[in-house]
Amino acid sequence: MDVDGRMGMVDSILSENKDKWLESMIQVKNRVIGNNKQKDEIIHQGVIPRLLQWIIDEDIPVELRTESAIVLGSLAKGTTENINCLVDSGCVAVLLKGLSSNNIKFIEACLRCLRTIFLSENSPLEQIYQDHTVIPHLINILSKSFCTQECITTIFSNCCKTADHQNALSRNGAIAALAPLLCSSSYKVQMPTLKCFAVLCYENETVSKAAATATYNGESIPNLLLRLLSRDKPSEMQMAAAKCLTYLCRGGAIPTHCPTIQNKTLSTLIRMCKKDRTLEENVEGAETLAYLIEEDANLQTLASISDHIIKTLADYLRYTSVQQINTRSTNRKVVNWSNELKQAAFRAFASLGANDEEIRKKIIETENLMEHIVNGMNCSDLKVQMGAVRCLHSLSRSVQQLRTTFQDHTVWKPLMNLMNNGSKELLPVASSTLCNLLLEFSPGRERPASESPRLSVSQKNKACLEAGAINILAKLTSRSEGDLRLNGIWGLMNMAFQADLSVKIQIVDVIGTEQLFRLLSDPDPAVLIKTLGLIRNLLAGRTDIDHLMKIYGSQIMQAVVFILEGDHVVEIKEQTLCILTNVADGDEAKEFIMGNEDVLKKLMTYMLHTNVKLQIAATSCISNLVWNEQEGAYNRQAKLRDLGIQKLLQQLLSANDAVLFDKVKTALQQFT
Amino acid sequence: MGIGLSAQGVNMNRLPGWDKQSYGYHGDDGHSFCSSGTGQPYGPTFTTGDVIGCCVNLIDNSCFYTKNGINLGLAFTDLPSEIFIVDQQKITGKEIIRPSTKNKSNLYPTVGLQTPGEVVEANFGQTPFVFDIEDYMKEWHMKTKLTIERFPVSDKKGEWQTALQQIVSTYLVHHGYCGTAEAFSRSTGQSIEEDMSSIKHRQRIQKLVLAGRMGEAIETTQQLYPGLLERNLNLLFMLKCRQFIEMVNGTDTEVRGPAIRSPKSRHGSGSNRSSPNMSPVHHTNSNSQKNTPIGSRGNSPNRPIGVKGHSSGSSSQTSQNLQVSQTNNQSVGDLKTISEEHMNHANIAMNGSGCHMIQDDDVEMMDGLVTETKTFTNGNSEGTYMNGNNHTCKSEEMDVDTPSGKRQLCGGSQAAIEKMLLFGRDLQSMSQRLKREYGKSESNNKSLQNAFSLLAYSDPWNSPVGYQLDPVQREPVCAALNSAILESQGLPKQPPLELVIAQSTECMKLMSKAKIGSCAFANLNDYLH
Repeated sequence: MDVDGRMGMVDSILSENKDKWLESMIQVKNRVIGNNKQKDEIIHQGVIPRLLQWIIDEDIPVELRTESAIVLGSLAKGTTENINCLVDSGCVAVLLKGLSSNNIKFIEACLRCLRTIFLSENSPLEQIYQDHTVIPHLINILSKSFCTQECITTIFSNCCKTADHQNALSRNGAIAALAPLLCSSSYKVQMPTLKCFAVLCYENETVSKAAATATYNGESIPNLLLRLLSRDKPSEMQMAAAKCLTYLCRGGAIPTHCPTIQNKTLSTLIRMCKKDRTLEENVEGAETLAYLIEEDANLQTLASISDHIIKTLADYLRYTSVQQINTRSTNRKVVNWSNELKQAAFRAFASLGANDEEIRKKIIETENLMEHIVNGMNCSDLKVQMGAVRCLHSLSRSVQQLRTTFQDHTVWKPLMNLMNNGSKELLPVASSTLCNLLLEFSPGRERPASESPRLSVSQKNKACLEAGAINILAKLTSRSEGDLRLNGIWGLMNMAFQADLSVKIQIVDVIGTEQLFRLLSDPDPAVLIKTLGLIRNLLAGRTDIDHLMKIYGSQIMQAVVFILEGDHVVEIKEQTLCILTNVADGDEAKEFIMGNEDVLKKLMTYMLHTNVKLQIAATSCISNLVWNEQEGAYNRQAKLRDLGIQKLLQQLLSANDAVLFDKVKTALQQFT
Repeated sequence: MGIGLSAQGVNMNRLPGWDKQSYGYHGDDGHSFCSSGTGQPYGPTFTTGDVIGCCVNLIDNSCFYTKNGINLGLAFTDLPSEIFIVDQQKITGKEIIRPSTKNKSNLYPTVGLQTPGEVVEANFGQTPFVFDIEDYMKEWHMKTKLTIERFPVSDKKGEWQTALQQIVSTYLVHHGYCGTAEAFSRSTGQSIEEDMSSIKHRQRIQKLVLAGRMGEAIETTQQLYPGLLERNLNLLFMLKCRQFIEMVNGTDTEVRGPAIRSPKSRHGSGSNRSSPNMSPVHHTNSNSQKNTPIGSRGNSPNRPIGVKGHSSGSSSQTSQNLQVSQTNNQSVGDLKTISEEHMNHANIAMNGSGCHMIQDDDVEMMDGLVTETKTFTNGNSEGTYMNGNNHTCKSEEMDVDTPSGKRQLCGGSQAAIEKMLLFGRDLQSMSQRLKREYGKSESNNKSLQNAFSLLAYSDPWNSPVGYQLDPVQREPVCAALNSAILESQGLPKQPPLELVIAQSTECMKLMSKAKIGSCAFANLNDYLH
């Protein structure tokens, strides 16, 4: 390459010699094609501003402006730095402006360059939304040629990342403009169009519904998509169409029982998971499948029997080949396929096993699944961690698995580690999983050694507690996110159920009574119920009740009165009355109620409440207070008789509710 | 309940899958049984109201089941298929197909019922399947197509490419498309074995035959290829039989007189560079114009017949007709060829794939052949429009001087009739001579008898032997003569392209006889537009 020649052409571009411009531009164009080094040099010689100046100047001949846009497009195909240079020079705004030209060749050159820029990561996508005329204009020129179709759909599919973007595009008629392109004869147009529909509809109910009802040539968009699912279409097209239909379905625009979803989309996604497809399709297929069936038990059942899907996904976990070049994307990224496949399989397993015990059983039969999950949680890749935790969460809904498989693997260790040190995104699902692990029948919870069939388990679980589950959960209860507070208190509630006194004391110590009261006024009623549940679980077992009431009695009574006086739903009041019932079950603790006439009067009120559940709860409490085998029963009976409670009970004998009748009868029998 | 497949002779008192050569999927446990008493976990259980499908894939000899339209996945692989050993005996060319002794089990659909009162309803496709089998088949069509199109050929030295170009080039040469052949070989750098003048000679003779002017054709052949017909008397006899028929038809030169009929006269003004076959002069008689697609036999007997109407023909033809209408009163029998299709073949061969040929774009000649059908003709002209697989051309004549109405023997001329009778006698004696010299020939006898039978009818055209008068019958004669000429020049009598197509067709037939499943998913016609 002769340096002088290049200097010459750059010089003449920068010079004012109009006659040489076009010729030199063509030279530059030929020089930079496919040569990153040349692109760098040209950029460093300061050509970009000159080109932008020409593109924007309508007095410059359109051929030259077109050549300028072509050269910019060529430069954009270079390195990321090249693209950054273009973006920093204000290239996007200039090119967008160029689109208002009447010359189709020029418009196409601008669009090609824009497409390349927007295909890159960190592209300045907000720029197309800032000027409100840009999107309507893009939609307006969309159908002009194959090139405009291909470029604009590609731009849209890469620039639609938020609900605002979706709504902006939809508002400007993107759906109606894109629908005909689904029937395009060009693969290069169909593919980005499918991607557009996917990103437009993703988790957006309004846009999904608009898309599902739109028609082209009398055919609805779901029907047009259905055609692209046909098995003689290219695999990646089937995949993309299935993705659109999945998003429409999850967006509430197509019912899950519709044959389009239940037969076509589901079976396409399952096919995409098969070995004969590319790894990319395997991953996308499994992820999309996980998303499609996530919340529908029927789809989960259908998927679970389809084409050995569980075995197919199990093979994903065994894929070890470290890295492969991803060939389809324009930016040749190095992808860790082993991790990609793992997380996709975990997510699909999580969805498959969300509701059905039989399916979970089949999943658990996967060879070394638990090891894979544990390894996944220990993996450094966030996506794999997330997948593994989700999978674990789904499986932890199975009582049987908690008793068996989970016992043999210390799954709580990596889980707690993730909660302590992992990413925030993991917390909701990780804490839910922990809640399940802490259920009374699960080995994740401590139990008196005598009750446990395996001593070792008990030891492990002591360790689990030592590892600070209580701390973690208690911390969660003070989070600002409602779901985390709920999971925190829920976990503690599960932990306190039939727990040792020492554990109960530890729980109350760690969370602190102040925090407990704060939770009793939580805006989320679910949190309130679980908090009451925790208190109820703490106050179980006569000696424990007395012990705890001795320490926290006054606060607890205060809390009870506070809730009973508040404006709450029946379930909450019932829970609160149950706490009183537990308190009344203690020996010394009974005094907290007996000595508090206010509470006794409240109990009387609830005995006459219109809701029979509350009547039952209140009566149970009275029954515990007058239990005649316990010390001081006579005095209590006398006091309650004086208050007219015995009469009240006799009145209640006429109750229609069988349970209430039994309770009342039992209570009356205690009076001597 | 067990649903599956069994070979003949399997114990019918047991559920399918338990015994040798039987395969089943059982509803009670959802297991699959592959010729064994112990099942493998396979799918869900099934019961009353479920629709179970069983699909056998004859390409890869596998089987999968469906439950209520859901594909449950592969159940069995390596199913025994009725495997045949195909022997091709080189000498006779006759195929002998016999079942392999190893494995002669044909599998039959089987349902095994165990519980009293069980009821099943079988659907072999009489009502639509719940599972979308069509979609599944589409995938296999596509897979088969890709297997063919992506079949690896090593082409290190460009030999493959050259071979394909050779196939195209030889095809063009064989059928005498010299203009196209020249252009093609120029752009691909192929050499043409035969020289151009020889191609043109053959072309001229072919045109004469196809125009029904047999006398001239024989004469020209004798002139250009002395000794050819003398060495090949059976061919000569065939030509003469045809000549006799043409005389009856009133088309042969002997009965019409050579007058303005020299083939060259038609091209006086045209470019001689282009293939005469491709420079049509249209006869137009707008009210009687009719394209009559006729499926005709190609000149190579092995060619598959795939005739298709050509829809784009008529419109462009009309415009051409306007241009030539003034001249065509004088012009006579004309030859016309459609080669577009062959061009497409060529493209396919070159590209090695694809069926996205652009019709019309690369072919300048249009197809329509203007004809007057028998019923409406004013005289003796007949025409055929041919598309599809035939290279040959159609002749068509229009004699404006002939009074319209009923066709007459030898064009109605008494002198011609006498000539015809005389010629007949010569033909008779030639036949006897041939018999004496070469022994009895069934086919010669038959042709002669058929030809003479024409005279037995007052209206030969509408007689049982009238088909001989159809111009289409000129084609085999034409092809035989063309092949004989080529052979005499030391050239192949059949173009490689046609051989290839014939080979493929035979291959498919053989596959089908041998029950090789994939042949049902490939179609040669997909490539012959």
